[in-house]
Formats: sequence, structure tokens, C-alpha cells
Amino acid sequence: MIGFFIQRVLQALMVIVAMSVIVFLGVYAIGNPIDVMIDPASDQALREALIQRYGLDRPLIEQYFVFMGNLLQGDLGESFIYRLPVLNLILSRFPATLELALTAMMIATCLGIPLGLWAGYKPDSLSAKVIMAVSVLGFSVPTFWVGLLLIMTFAVELGWLPSGGRGPVTEVLGMPLSITTLEGWSYIILPAFNLALFKLGLLIRLTRAGTIEVMSSDYVRFARAQGLSEGKVVGLHVLKNISIPIVTVFGLELGSTLAFAVVTETVFNWPGMGKLIIDSITVLDRPVMVAYLILVVFLFVVINLVVDLIYGQLDPRIRVKAAS
Amino acid sequence: MSSAPVITAPVETRWVRLGNFWSDFKQNPAAVAALIVIVSVVLMAVLAPLVAPQDPYNQETLDLFDARLEPGEVGSGGYVHWLGTDAAGRDVFSAILYGLRTSLIVGVMAGTLALVLGATVGLVAAYYGGRVEAVIMRVIDLQLSLPAILLALVLVAMLGQGLPQLVTALVAAQYAYFARTTHGAASAERRKDYIEAALSTPLPARQVLFRHLLPNALPPLIVVATVQVANSIALEATLSFLGLGLPLTQPSLGSLISNGFQFLLSGRYWISIYPGIALMLTVVAINLVGDQVRHVLNPRRSR
Amino acid sequence: MSKPVLSVKDLRTQFHTRTGVLKAVDGVSFEVGRGRILGLVGESGSGKSVTGYSILGLIEAPGEIAGGEVLLNGQDLTRLKGEAIRRVRGAQIAMVFQDPMMTLNPVLKIGTQMIAAVRAHDKVSKKAARARARDALAKVGIPSPEERLDAYPHQLSGGMRQRVAIAIALLHSPAVIIADEPTTALDVSIQGQILAEVRRLADETGTAFVWVTHDLAVVSSLADDICVMYAGRVVETGAAADVIAAPRHPYTAGLLASVPAEHEPGTRLPQVPGSTPSLANLPAGCAFAPRCFRAGPACTTTPPVQDFGDGRTALCHYPIETDSCQPLSSTSTTYRSAS
Repeated sequence: MIGFFIQRVLQALMVIVAMSVIVFLGVYAIGNPIDVMIDPASDQALREALIQRYGLDRPLIEQYFVFMGNLLQGDLGESFIYRLPVLNLILSRFPATLELALTAMMIATCLGIPLGLWAGYKPDSLSAKVIMAVSVLGFSVPTFWVGLLLIMTFAVELGWLPSGGRGPVTEVLGMPLSITTLEGWSYIILPAFNLALFKLGLLIRLTRAGTIEVMSSDYVRFARAQGLSEGKVVGLHVLKNISIPIVTVFGLELGSTLAFAVVTETVFNWPGMGKLIIDSITVLDRPVMVAYLILVVFLFVVINLVVDLIYGQLDPRIRVKAAS
Repeated sequence: MSSAPVITAPVETRWVRLGNFWSDFKQNPAAVAALIVIVSVVLMAVLAPLVAPQDPYNQETLDLFDARLEPGEVGSGGYVHWLGTDAAGRDVFSAILYGLRTSLIVGVMAGTLALVLGATVGLVAAYYGGRVEAVIMRVIDLQLSLPAILLALVLVAMLGQGLPQLVTALVAAQYAYFARTTHGAASAERRKDYIEAALSTPLPARQVLFRHLLPNALPPLIVVATVQVANSIALEATLSFLGLGLPLTQPSLGSLISNGFQFLLSGRYWISIYPGIALMLTVVAINLVGDQVRHVLNPRRSR
Repeated sequence: MSKPVLSVKDLRTQFHTRTGVLKAVDGVSFEVGRGRILGLVGESGSGKSVTGYSILGLIEAPGEIAGGEVLLNGQDLTRLKGEAIRRVRGAQIAMVFQDPMMTLNPVLKIGTQMIAAVRAHDKVSKKAARARARDALAKVGIPSPEERLDAYPHQLSGGMRQRVAIAIALLHSPAVIIADEPTTALDVSIQGQILAEVRRLADETGTAFVWVTHDLAVVSSLADDICVMYAGRVVETGAAADVIAAPRHPYTAGLLASVPAEHEPGTRLPQVPGSTPSLANLPAGCAFAPRCFRAGPACTTTPPVQDFGDGRTALCHYPIETDSCQPLSSTSTTYRSAS
């Protein structure tokens, strides 16, 4: 078990290092940020000074090691545009993204599991077919387009909700959050729902498939033969069995929700990390790009690792295999 | 056994099934409707120069007096703008036809290249096995665990903008699905006795790969390819909407939607919404067809 | 036989498929008395398992019970719906399934599953339910039952799991337990232990068993009565010893002849030629006729039920009159306890 753990951690570390090399070299090998940063008409001395200041005259490989050395000390460099430490910049945007992602996951769970259960319990009913059609839409229609439709319907036509931006925030445990107030919710509900749609489609499919499988199993038939009510059959057997794949996928999806927030944040003008990275790519703000990408990859790898390790604890069958 | 073993692949049965493909496919009316949508969308895109009332990217035919006309109004060109015009006076309907062209070209190109690359990688892994397979599949699995949008973002950030860069990013983000699928089907086949038999004869590797392994991987590949073309189109639209895809001089549906987004809030919905509907119809139709193809090709399907 | 606890009369179960209506159970009748064990024998596809499911009302779409009665202590179960039939299942009539690997939920502890079964009918506390579960496990001969309650199914052997399933069936002391090939998936030695246990339970508790099986050796050592099914119909009934000693239906005779244990070593094992017909296209008249060594011209018409007295019947135009088949030798172990 310990050996397995160490092996997984080492693997994760290797992935992070490999990704940092790819991202760093890839991003730094192209374009000249100095051209973006300063007025092309400004004099050569200023140019030289800036190039020196950011170490852009040194070989790439040296720049990488300087970068990694600084990274290990928690210094991810300074944004060319904002002239602020990148780490502070990203962290200041992090609560907004996290809040959005978690709200989206919550919406997806609260809707997806009951809908999936129903669609799996009565797979031939009309309502199940409608649910599946919605899930196919959630899967295939691009997120940004649904976001546009939401804005048009609820903000422009009906005027019920604001079209974008983030509501007033209050500090909770040092994190500025907007979901503490009703007004904050009026801002977050549309983007969160938008971000939830893909997960919703995924969860409905997963839950439905799991429910159909369990409902046709011998042990459900046996449970019915014991006189268990349908509610008990679903609540005890189905929920417990589908909880394992759902928790796994869900853990993994948290990372991708953070990544997909890029799109939703742009549509709804939500001031999170995703909006920051898009803006940075357009203006070639390399340190922000590199730091964001490495950070997201890091989050991803860590989440995958944790889910992998937890997975065994959830399923008694796996627990035995891992122990032996 | 006196004579040499007869090496025959159980491929024929699959092709027989493909022969019955259409009669099974048309069981689902929604999928048939979706197929009709796809065919008409492709036709319209191909014939855009003939169908479109206006060449939307020829500056000379544009008139700023025609800007932001509502759907159904008649512009200075003397014809009805059924879907209105955008801020530059472009006929939205014409822009959609040309945008569809770009979107379809990008989607099909990225899908095809990803298929070729992915199938090759998957076949190589399945054929050689051992360490080669382990390394390749590890990389593929890792890549599949990262969302496509993130990979595309990394690549667009690295490569910059433009059509070749965009297609590269899409291919890199999607080939892994094909590789996984091909590898799955081919390695299951690889373990069967007749391949072992084929390998023990002096048959060139090429022949085993293309005569035996590839045909068995084809049905699932067709399904993945259908869905991935839709995903490429959607991903390209997303990147273009984010301003990281194609410039408006070479617009796709995504750039058109992005272009009209700023007018959406002031109630001029048509500039964004109609290209969006075209995008949605295309993507959903391809997915529906893909779903039905999957259903028809599924060997476990109850008869 | 005294008044039966379970009486199945002319039961018909159909499945609606694309190729037409399949009559999986076509007019089956039998009775079981208190403390008796009925062996319901047949090949796979003969409709014996579907009969078991039909009795408990566990037939799901596209299947349906098209006719007949299932009288449990005089109450017709086929007329009960929803909550009414749920109250009967597990309480008055219970079922044990074939594969003990599949009948227990792999991700729930034995205790959780048993407590749910207790509380499905009796509103008792979890603690009380747990105590009853523990007692039930002890009753079927499971050592250290308290610890077993906290185990997951995969931690038990196949035989143990089947004992757990039987313990669950016994929880509410039902009048009848339907056992659908419960020992088929087990080792022969384990099978022997369980059969002995079942015989003891039937004698001590008065629970009646319907033992569904394809294995005549099991039936000969366990059952009081036999009911042989072929293609959805009952082809022969009678007391177990009588039927095995002198089968009347050619199919039963064929089955008995192909039991390896009763056969002279070194000679070819006789077998019933051909295979079970598809329910989708049964031959007209007697469904067994194409495979039957006694088939004659009359067999294209529906065979009559021939009554030989003492509960012995055969569905055949040309039943075997004399003892033309070797009786089972007495070397097989019997689990019949002295009464």
C-alpha cells in the first residue's frame, strides 16, 4: 500500500515537471513580449533595460532553471502587463473561480443524480427520454452558446438577472465570496448553471447507466423477493452502488470544471482565473500564462492522485485487492 | 493438423453487418432527420458562393448604411436580409454560409488528421506490445485525463493564432481518443489465436496491421470519428469565441457569434443568435447520427 | 397429502418479444404441503425458473402472467398488486437464487442487507433487527454469526453466501421458500451440507420448499415430490421415489438414464437426443415428440394428462407402462431424515 502510494506520488511529480518544461519552453519560444509591453517608438535603451530586467537575453534553458528555482520559492515571476507578482494575481482571482466551480458542481449533483435515477428507473418512459435528450444537449452544445442563450433569455428578454459580472463580496475565512448574499446569487446563478450543464449531462448518463445495471441485477431481484419496497431498493442498493463511480468521476471533474470555467467566465464577464488567462493569452503576458497553466496542471494531477487513492477506500472489493 | 493453419480473420461478419447498416440505421427517425440536416448543411456550405445573396467578405459590396438591419429588412443591395445584417452591413445569412464552410473544413480536417494520427499510434502500441505499448498508452491516458479545452489553450498559447495552428491544437487535443479506441479494439484482436498464427508465419507486419488489426478497429473508430468531428467544430467555435481561434477575416461560426456578442445586450440578437443556431444544429445533428451509428454497430446490441 | 400451503393452478406466463409471444410457462399446476419439498425439474429453458419468479410476482415487462392462480394458504397471489404483494414477499413466501455471487449486493455488508430484509416487514429497531439477523445466520449453521454481519459478501465463500441467502429467506419464517437452483454453483461437498440443512429446516420449521433444479440426483436425495417440466409444461408428477423408480414419461426416463452416477462405467452414457426446442417455434402437439424414442402418430396432437393414481400423472400419448428403465440404485446419499 505504501509502495503504491509512493509510486503514484512520484508519477504525479514527473508529470508536473514534464508539463512545466513543455509549457515553459513552448510559451517562451515564441513571440516577443517586449513588443507588447512597450511603445514601439520608445528608445533602444529602455528596450535593452527591460530585456535585461526579465532575463530575456539569456538562453532558454537557463531561463527555465531560473524560473523553476523561483517557482520552488513560491515566486512565479511578475506579470508584464499588471506589473504584479503573478502568484498574487492568480490567487486574487482564485476565490471567484472556485466559488463558481463549486456552485456549478452542486447544481449538477442536485439535478443530475435524481434525473439520472429516474431515467434509469423508468428507462422506457417519455420523461426518461426527455431527460436523456436534455443530457445529449448538455453534452454536445458548446457551453458558450448556451451561456449566450441564458443571457438573452434571463437578462435581456425577461430582465430577471444581471447579464454578467460578480455581485458584492464578503470575506469568509479570508476568502471574498459572493454566495453569502441574495444579490450575489443573482449574479452567480446563470454562470454556475451554464458551467454545470456539461457535468449535468455527464452525471445523468452515469447515474442512468448505473441505475439500469443495478436494477437488472440479481441482488435487486433478491431484495424485491424479500419484500423490500421500491424506495428502499433504490435508496439502499442503487444509491450505494452508483455512488462509487459517481464520486470518482466527480472528483476528476472538479479539475475540468476549473478548466472549463475559462469559457463561462468570458461569456459572463466573471472576474476569475479563466478570464485572466484568456486576457493574458491575447496580450502575450507570458508569466501569467505559464503560471496559470502549471497551476491548473498541478491541481489536476493532485486531484487525480487523491481520487485514485480514495477510490480504493470506497469500494470494499478494491480495498481487498490492494491489501493482498 | 497436417496442413498449415488457415488464417482467416473474423472480419467478414462485421462487413455483412455493415451491409445491413442502413436498414438498422433508419429505425431511428431522429437520426434520419439529423442526417438530412447534415447533408443540407454540407451542401449549403459547399455551394455557399452560389446560394449566398452576397459575398460577405468582399469589402466593396458592404455598405455601412446597411449596418444592423433587422431580419427581413431590405438593404441597399435591393434584396431582403432574411436574417438581418451585422455591424459592418454584412448579410448574416451569407456570413453563416461562409462561416459554415470554415467550421466544417476545420472540423473535418482536424477530425481526419486526429483519426490518422490516433489510429496509427494505437495500432503501433497494440502491434508491438510490451514497453512501447506501456509508454504510449501511459501518455495517452494522461492526456485523456486533461480536458481538451485546456490542451487546446496551452497549444494556442504556444503556437499563436491562425488556421494551421488551430488545426494543430485541435488534432493534438483529440488524437488521444482515437488512439485509445484503436488500441482497445486492436489489442483485443491481437490476443486472438489467428493473429498469433499470422505472426508465426513470415507475413509482413504491414499485412497483419492493415488486413487484420485495422479492420477490426474500424467500427468503433467510425463512431469516435463522427463524434470528434462535432467536438472539433464545437471546440473551434469555443476558441474563436474566446478570441483565440480564427480572425474575422476568415470567420467561422464561432467568430461570427463572438462578433455579435456585444450587440446581444442591446437587443440586436440576430447577429449572434442565427450563427449560433446554425452551429447548434450542426453539432447536435452530428452527435445524433454518431449515437445511432454507435447503436447500430454495437455488437452487444440485442437483436 | 393434507391441505397444501401452496397451490399453483394452470399458471401461464408469457413474454412479448419481437418474434411473437413466448409461452414460457404454459398451464403449470402443482401443490406443496407443509414441511414438504417439491423438486421442480427441467432443462434450462423449460420454464422452471420463470415459474418460480411468477409465483412471487417478480415477472417484469415484457413478461406477464397471462392466467392461472397461485394460492398461498388460499390467497391468490396473482391478484395482488404493489404494496399488497410486497407484504407477502419475504414474509409469507421467500426465494433463494441460483448464484450466491450475484444475489448479495457486493458493496453492502451482510448485516446491512439482512437488517433491511427484517425491517421490510417488521417495524423493529435496528438493534433488534440485527439480533434477529444473527439468530437466522446461526440457524443455518454459520459459525460466529456476529462477525459475519460486519463482513462484505466477497469475504465469504460461495457456500457461506448461499447459507446467508437461505438465512435471509428464513427471516420471517415464511410458509414457502422457492429455491432456484441454489446449489448448482457450489462444490458437491458444500451442496451436500446445504441439502442436509434444508431437509432439517423443512422438517423442523414446517417450511415448504419448491426446489427448482435440473439435477435429478439432488431431487432424488432431497425432494418428497417431483414435478418434471418440459417446454413450459408439466410432463410428469408424482412422489419422488416413485418417479425415479419408474418414470412414466419418456423425457423423465431419458433424464434419469443420463445421470452419470447411475451408469455402468466404460459404456457410452445414454443421452436425450437433440436439444430443448426454442419456445418461439414449438412443434405442434407434444413438444418432446421430435426427441422422443416412443413418439408415434398421435404425438402431433396435444397429449392428454394420464392419471395413474397416488398423485402420479404424465402428459403423454404413450406413457411407459412397465418398469422399462433401470431404477436408481440406492447408493446415492439421501438427506431424508427419519420421520
